[in-house]
Amino acid sequence: MSATPRPRDPGSHVPSGIEVPVVVTREMSGGDPGAPGVYPFTRGIFADGFRGRYWTMRQYSGFGTAEESNQRYRFLLGQGQTGLSVALDLPTQIGLDPSDPMARPEIGKVGVSLSNLSEMEILFDGIDLGAISTSFTINGTAAIIYAMYLACADKLGVARERLTGTIQNDILKEYVARGTWIFPVRPSMRLIADSILYSNRVTPRFNPISIAGAHARDAGCTAAEEIAYTLANGLAYVDELRRRGGDADHFARRLSFFFYVHMDLFEEVAKFRAARRIWARAMRERYGIIDPKAQMFRFGVVCGGSSLVAPQPYNNAIRVSIETMAAVMGGAQSIFTCAYDEPFQIPTEFSAELALRTQQIIAYESGIGRTVDPLGGSYYVEWLTDRMEEKIEGIMREVEEYGGAVAAIEDGWMQLRVARRAHQRKLDIDSGATPVVGLNCFTRDDQAQAPGEVFALDPQASTRVLEKLAAIRDRRDNAAVEHSLAKLAEAAVKDDENLLPYLVDCCHAYATVGEIVQRLKQLWGEFREPVRL
Amino acid sequence: MTDASTHGSLRGRRILIAKPGLDGHDVGAKVIALALRDAGADVIYTGLRKSPGYIARVAVDEDVDAVGLSILSGSHKELVEEIVEQLKALGARQVPIFVGGTIPEADLPELDRLGVKGVFTSAMKLDDVVAAVTEALV
Repeated sequence: MSATPRPRDPGSHVPSGIEVPVVVTREMSGGDPGAPGVYPFTRGIFADGFRGRYWTMRQYSGFGTAEESNQRYRFLLGQGQTGLSVALDLPTQIGLDPSDPMARPEIGKVGVSLSNLSEMEILFDGIDLGAISTSFTINGTAAIIYAMYLACADKLGVARERLTGTIQNDILKEYVARGTWIFPVRPSMRLIADSILYSNRVTPRFNPISIAGAHARDAGCTAAEEIAYTLANGLAYVDELRRRGGDADHFARRLSFFFYVHMDLFEEVAKFRAARRIWARAMRERYGIIDPKAQMFRFGVVCGGSSLVAPQPYNNAIRVSIETMAAVMGGAQSIFTCAYDEPFQIPTEFSAELALRTQQIIAYESGIGRTVDPLGGSYYVEWLTDRMEEKIEGIMREVEEYGGAVAAIEDGWMQLRVARRAHQRKLDIDSGATPVVGLNCFTRDDQAQAPGEVFALDPQASTRVLEKLAAIRDRRDNAAVEHSLAKLAEAAVKDDENLLPYLVDCCHAYATVGEIVQRLKQLWGEFREPVRL
Repeated sequence: MTDASTHGSLRGRRILIAKPGLDGHDVGAKVIALALRDAGADVIYTGLRKSPGYIARVAVDEDVDAVGLSILSGSHKELVEEIVEQLKALGARQVPIFVGGTIPEADLPELDRLGVKGVFTSAMKLDDVVAAVTEALV
């Protein structure tokens, strides 16, 4: 492809569209942002920042069969890692059994296949669930996978209250950007509220939701839109939890968020500072929450994604290190760094290690985490935090005027906004208005595309998954399966019943994810995707 | 807006943009759909999770001039092969097929063998994508 000329200077606007003055003076930079650890938490939720505790370095893995993933997890735990992050394959994510014809080509492809409890027993064989924290990237079937985790702990004799970990469990952004929805919006919201309220009671140390803006951002929306849509979705969950009888002072302590960090360093820092303030204020002013722990905006991030490009791929490692610095200075609680080869392949062991080392160098060598909110008081950062706050609140008002996040998503309005923004972003990169080194400027005719090795999946993996599924269907008590599914269906028609105990029973009986989802689809139907362009 | 060379170059053409398989990342498909529409094409977008049979059926019923498949899950070889078979089974007229998504270079010969006219990655300019589709439809 042809390179476009590089811009003459850094330009006047941050990507969210805010015009930045050449110089920001003390007079322009607004008031005192307050102290960290104190409402509205602009400077961070902890008074002591990273002193005493670094952020969590959590890398994403999981592939093929439960046996292969189990081996990988045991290796990682042996290396001193204390948290596992489980990636699930697409059939598990959208509630299809491996035996479904639509599922077959995708078994074990983007994560591990977990169709029923017997697979999870293999996945965690020899691992003490009471001693590790497990994060599941799961949404459409999150309540079922969480129920399966409880059933698995029961089987292994681990007390439920000892379990720690996270399920993503954020269905609203699935309709907007990630696409693993199953049911219509409203019954999905119920399932999420049920799992959060049940988890608060039964597994008090478990995070039952991670409200994510990362996917809409990576799809193309701006940093301001990312925060605005996500906080709007967060408010929709709070409303639903309250509708189902939850106590906001209690459940809001367990809400957490997840975002992307892209390349505009100060905009990223300002976005997190603004988000903490807006969320704390919403908790206090909308819902009357006074407990500071329930006003705190906790978040994890992923660095990389669509800010990384395939041409001159090693440049991506530099991008990820700048983004990681933004995440640290923005006060993230947990950071995942993408590997430089992610734009074109499943990361290799080499590239995954380099990504982790990037975080470790920033944590242990750079010293940027030594003092809380090191950019606080910078004329520019305080000014930009205020402008981002205005911008985010303006977009949140648009969502509210539309009737709130649920209505905006049911209608496809949010989806349309993200698609159009993505199109504009692509045109700006194509024209060179948004410079990307190695892609639209400083290109070489002979530049390498994809270096190095390619990670190969075992082609026999899906056959083994199918054999195991057939075996469990033979071995289990099918009358008990049917009984548990019938009980679930009975409870599902009553709006005041929490479905989680029924889901745990289904999992104990070795009902499959596909069977459970099928039963609920019969009652609730499926989401009808509004296709608007 | 596309530049002068591709502006209106697809006027009167009907193009199907489809998401086969289970992968839910649809922004690439939508961006391409918007770019093709800007170039004058009549674009039909299927939405997520369509089976090969469904996609082939829509291609025939809508009498499209080209089919674009967006696949990011790594299942492109299986899915493209099945869609090509289904199109043949329905007696569809020969229309060019394009694939977009995360496609390793090593898989390009196989997609070529299946009759795929072009593979687009996110690094390509939209104008170049539109130009490639235009050329295939001449």
